[in-house]
Amino acid sequence: MTGRRAHGRGHPGRAAALFEFALALGDDALVLGQRLSEWCGNAPFLEEDLALANVALDCIGRANLFYRYAAELDGEGRNADQLAFLRGSREYRNLLICELPIGDFAFTMARQAMVDTFNLPYLKRLARSTDPRIAAIAAKAAKESRYHLQRSREWVLRLAGGTGESRAKIQSAFDALWGYCPEMFEMTSGETALLKSGVSVDRAAMKADWERAMKAVLAEAALEAPEGKWTISGGRNGLHTEHHGYLLAEMQSVQRAWPGLEW
Amino acid sequence: MTNDRKLPLYEVFVRSRRGLDHKHVGSLHAEDGAQALKYARDCYTRRSEGVSIWVVRSSEIVASQEEDAASFFDPSDDKPYRHATHYRLPKAVKNL
Amino acid sequence: MTEYRLSGAELEAAFQTRVDDERRIEPKDWMPDAYRKNLVRQISQHAHSEIIGMQPEGNWITRAPTLKRKMILLAKVQDEGGHGLYLYSAAETLGASREDMIEALHQGRAKYASIFNYPTLTWADIGMIGWLVDGAAIVNQISLQRTSYGPYSRAMIRICKEESFHQRQGFEILMALAAGSEAQKAMAQDALNRWWWPTLMMFGPHDSESAHSAQSMQWKIKRKSNDELRQDFVDQTVPQADFLGLKIPDPELRWNEDRGHYDFGEIDWDEFWTVVSGNGLCNRERLARHRKAHQDGKWVREAMRAYEEKRRARAA
Ligand SMILES: [Fe+2]
Ligand SMILES: [Fe+2]
Repeated sequence: MTGRRAHGRGHPGRAAALFEFALALGDDALVLGQRLSEWCGNAPFLEEDLALANVALDCIGRANLFYRYAAELDGEGRNADQLAFLRGSREYRNLLICELPIGDFAFTMARQAMVDTFNLPYLKRLARSTDPRIAAIAAKAAKESRYHLQRSREWVLRLAGGTGESRAKIQSAFDALWGYCPEMFEMTSGETALLKSGVSVDRAAMKADWERAMKAVLAEAALEAPEGKWTISGGRNGLHTEHHGYLLAEMQSVQRAWPGLEW
Repeated sequence: MTNDRKLPLYEVFVRSRRGLDHKHVGSLHAEDGAQALKYARDCYTRRSEGVSIWVVRSSEIVASQEEDAASFFDPSDDKPYRHATHYRLPKAVKNL
Repeated sequence: MTEYRLSGAELEAAFQTRVDDERRIEPKDWMPDAYRKNLVRQISQHAHSEIIGMQPEGNWITRAPTLKRKMILLAKVQDEGGHGLYLYSAAETLGASREDMIEALHQGRAKYASIFNYPTLTWADIGMIGWLVDGAAIVNQISLQRTSYGPYSRAMIRICKEESFHQRQGFEILMALAAGSEAQKAMAQDALNRWWWPTLMMFGPHDSESAHSAQSMQWKIKRKSNDELRQDFVDQTVPQADFLGLKIPDPELRWNEDRGHYDFGEIDWDEFWTVVSGNGLCNRERLARHRKAHQDGKWVREAMRAYEEKRRARAA
């Protein structure tokens, strides 16, 4: 992504960093929303089906807002849909945890709990960004995430305190996902650059609080906190899991088959 | 259904605007009140139809019985004097 | 409190008078057993149609070509789930449980609209379902807002409010295709060719052949006959096809000045009965998928229940 002719406000380096920043936040939201939307029609019961679709809609809506802002800053003049549907896997910047297949309901809810526990305080801070557009999107998203977190937290407690089967499933979901979480706290060079002017948020500084919050939920649920012996990251550099290519292939299929048309 | 026990049924009431009564909109299944409330939000207010929601376990509702309707409601049928329209006023009288 | 018991015939006469006077029947009212049974059949079939109907459109949520279309389609399919919920609720006021209704669906005892046994092959099909299938559903549902059973009627009013967005989003998809490339126009025409006749079949057999019609009309469970509704739909849809520049695949379709309606060709009833009897392209897959989701969700429902029971035990 180097060498892009970025325009927009301020000096070119800042616009490029801001573009990358908004783009990555859009990618996180879209990829997770895409995954959640796979539950539509497949949830354990009807009420939950509708509730999950609402969370998915919040994510995709959030992605749309971040992409629209990114599009305004894009040196190549792409619009939001072109950013979403015409970039390849290596150009996508989403966190790996967002792209993992939905798994079973426990896996989906454990992932939500981890992401929501990060997102709520992160977005609350981002809502005080010195960039008014970023701040506005974050403020709206924070409201949504507050509700998402209530839901995912309750599901963790419910599944952990339910049957032996549900307990085993939610425990193994946390075990399988834990190592993807440290990536949420990695700062890109662009984010670090934007930190000085108060545009971005220091993710790294949020790690201890997140761990405390997660461990509190796990303790309340009487689940074991995974040991954290491994971590995997790479999404911000376009190094994705093998699942990612399929996700994009499906999502982008119409745009790719008939390039350059209005839909 | 093979030992798939039924989730309790909840009735949902939504206040569409401040100043209006809560109105019955339908029902849903949930395990407890807190969950029912959240699902009511997701199922019955997808277009910001409400500013406040009540949920009540259907089994907790005490309802008048239709067979009793005669003794329950008919006695007030013969009390037209309880209704303002019962009173004819001369046209000249205003604001009453 | 009841001073004397009305005879069955007296009750039935009072019931019919109430229906004739356009007063609604409410859950606790006396009603003939056959009325209750018929209603449960009709409402649950309607509910299942909403739920199974999520599948053909859900098939394109992950592939919708723009962010806006993706959000609209997801919201639309979610709405259909909501409609299913409203209708299951209405049927539950008659003493049917959702579990039993779902079981009847899985065992093939309960039907759903045959239209959803056709596959969605291209993006244009999503436009076509919104425009035609939701359009046809609306024609039917508008008439059912005045159905005699209160909870059903109220569910219909709620549903109709949401449906017009469904039809419009479908039409908007088709307007984009109609204004697009040759390939897009061809995609739209191909979709119309495949969906037109199945949509007309949605209204069911001719009035003369319809098993439940006469009694249902008398009870005002149905308000308009199959053929009347079908005609309403054709009349309102033909000009819209003209607007899109699409050709309805019916050589016999023409305006009849005397009748003040469009004449149209005869439905292929063999195809209709083939699909109704379970042998359409997707019948088996639709049911299998619903069964699987229900089965896969079982451990979650059990977990909820166990959790709640433990909590109650602790509180006690
Ligand atoms: Fe519907
Ligand atoms: Fe619809």
